[in-house]
Amino acid sequence: MIAAVEFQTISRRFGALLALSDISFQIEQGEFFGLLGPNGAGKTTLISVLGGLIKPDCGTARVMGHDVIHDYLSARQNLGLVPQELVYDPFFTVRETLRLQAGYFGLRRIDDWIDEILHYLGLTDKADHNMRILSGGMKRRVLVAQALVHKPPVIVLDEPTAGVDVELRHALWSFIGKLNRAGHTILLTTHYLEEAEALCTRIAMLKNGKVVALDTKDHLLSRFERITARLYAERLPALWQEREHRREGGAFLIDLARFEDMELLLAALREENIAIDRLQLEGTDLEQVFLKLTGNDAPQTTETTHAK
Amino acid sequence: MQNERAQGWRALLYKEVLRFCHVGTQTIAAPVLTALLYLLIFSHVLESRVLVFGGQIAYTTFLVPGLIMMSVLQNAFANTSSSLIQSRIVGNMVFFLLAPITPWGFFAAYTLAGVLRGVMVGVGVWLAATLLFTPALWQPVAPLWSLIFLFLGSALLAMLGIIAGLWSEKFDHLATFQNFIIVPMTFLSGVFYSVQTLPDFWIKVSHLNPFFYMIDGFRYGFFGIADVSPWISLMVVGVATLFTTWTTWRLIASGWKLRP
Repeated sequence: MIAAVEFQTISRRFGALLALSDISFQIEQGEFFGLLGPNGAGKTTLISVLGGLIKPDCGTARVMGHDVIHDYLSARQNLGLVPQELVYDPFFTVRETLRLQAGYFGLRRIDDWIDEILHYLGLTDKADHNMRILSGGMKRRVLVAQALVHKPPVIVLDEPTAGVDVELRHALWSFIGKLNRAGHTILLTTHYLEEAEALCTRIAMLKNGKVVALDTKDHLLSRFERITARLYAERLPALWQEREHRREGGAFLIDLARFEDMELLLAALREENIAIDRLQLEGTDLEQVFLKLTGNDAPQTTETTHAK
Repeated sequence: MQNERAQGWRALLYKEVLRFCHVGTQTIAAPVLTALLYLLIFSHVLESRVLVFGGQIAYTTFLVPGLIMMSVLQNAFANTSSSLIQSRIVGNMVFFLLAPITPWGFFAAYTLAGVLRGVMVGVGVWLAATLLFTPALWQPVAPLWSLIFLFLGSALLAMLGIIAGLWSEKFDHLATFQNFIIVPMTFLSGVFYSVQTLPDFWIKVSHLNPFFYMIDGFRYGFFGIADVSPWISLMVVGVATLFTTWTTWRLIASGWKLRP
């Protein structure tokens, strides 16, 4: 089967900055793929290459087998892209915007489909409002609607939930999930790791224009699997005090390689008669994998903190 | 599918027309009014003082075709340039850059929309001026000449507008282009006077201005008289249009400022 999206040795330089460096990977049809990375990692540049908005210095990109430069008409017909910036044309209403967008793809008289999209995205009562007066969340929905108007098999969403309230974020997730189940290939860029963890089956992580990880979500998580015990107690057992641990609030954080280590810890506590006020076990989440791979060990400097 | 695809540019043309129609007071009515004010003031002040073409034509009558053409040219330019700079600054250009529209489609849609706005303003000025001031202009002597220059001139300025809209990084740049190039060239092209009445040196300078030929050729269609032969005007304007077409096309096809 032809790959839905294919990047082959894509590089792109902006002046002194190497924005993309030798990027190669494929996304199969029907996948829900996450493209993760900190700000400035090259995510938007990479999908701009896919949309034909930016030319790569070298390498090729394909959408459903169509080269985005040499066969751009077919490539673009197969791609729906939701840009990250909240852009809109202030001259038109929501319906006009969607009709025009359909027209750009050679589609006319498709009001039934437009009504359907408006309904799914909760925009029906805004259809005849001018774009200018819509709230940010509503404008975001219109951007999604615009990307869907020509029913593309491949849908790219560039941080669709940036600056979006919790309610709309969940509505968008469920909508995108529905599209994926209906057979659309989804490429989602995000720095909300919670989002990638909840939705994506496969993930690429970008850092400084390079792919630093490319795997299924489950593999990525298991590669870095570890269990952290969060223990609230007066002190640690004598033997365990020599082991590596951290303090956070009133808790001791102890990394355990295996679950069996938990029994040892409990036994040691019992032996020394240390009362346990509270004990929590925490598994690996994508955020930890992400921080490890992108080398940002200070969570407060990434925007991942408010995803929690 | 192949057929449907080729239609994308039509939606883009429709978008451009819909855009200026949505703000028609500003884009059509205002320039018509401006031209009428010029006409009112200049004709009132100068009617009895300026002789054109040896007195064969009344000054007010002489003035109208020039004013029509000046409005056409300025509005064709304004349409493409302001639409492009707005789209680029706001970022909504991405909507059609992501669509399967060829560079030719983009070129055709913007140029034709500029031509259309120019022609609509021109027709507005012509109708209003004819009804209010100069009924004689209801029937041009050689309308085909006027139509040719109307079309070539508006297309040329619409294309210059595309270049300016792509080149400018902010509204300031566009205003510079407009105030220091387009406005002086149109004003100094013999809209308000016959260049034959100028000193020799200024006649020569005027003859270097392509806008002079657009206006002179357009005026020939109304009166059958002009400062130079309409064939010379056609040649100059034709060459200028071809050169501008080639330049604009090259810029768009290369993706300059559109697809970095």
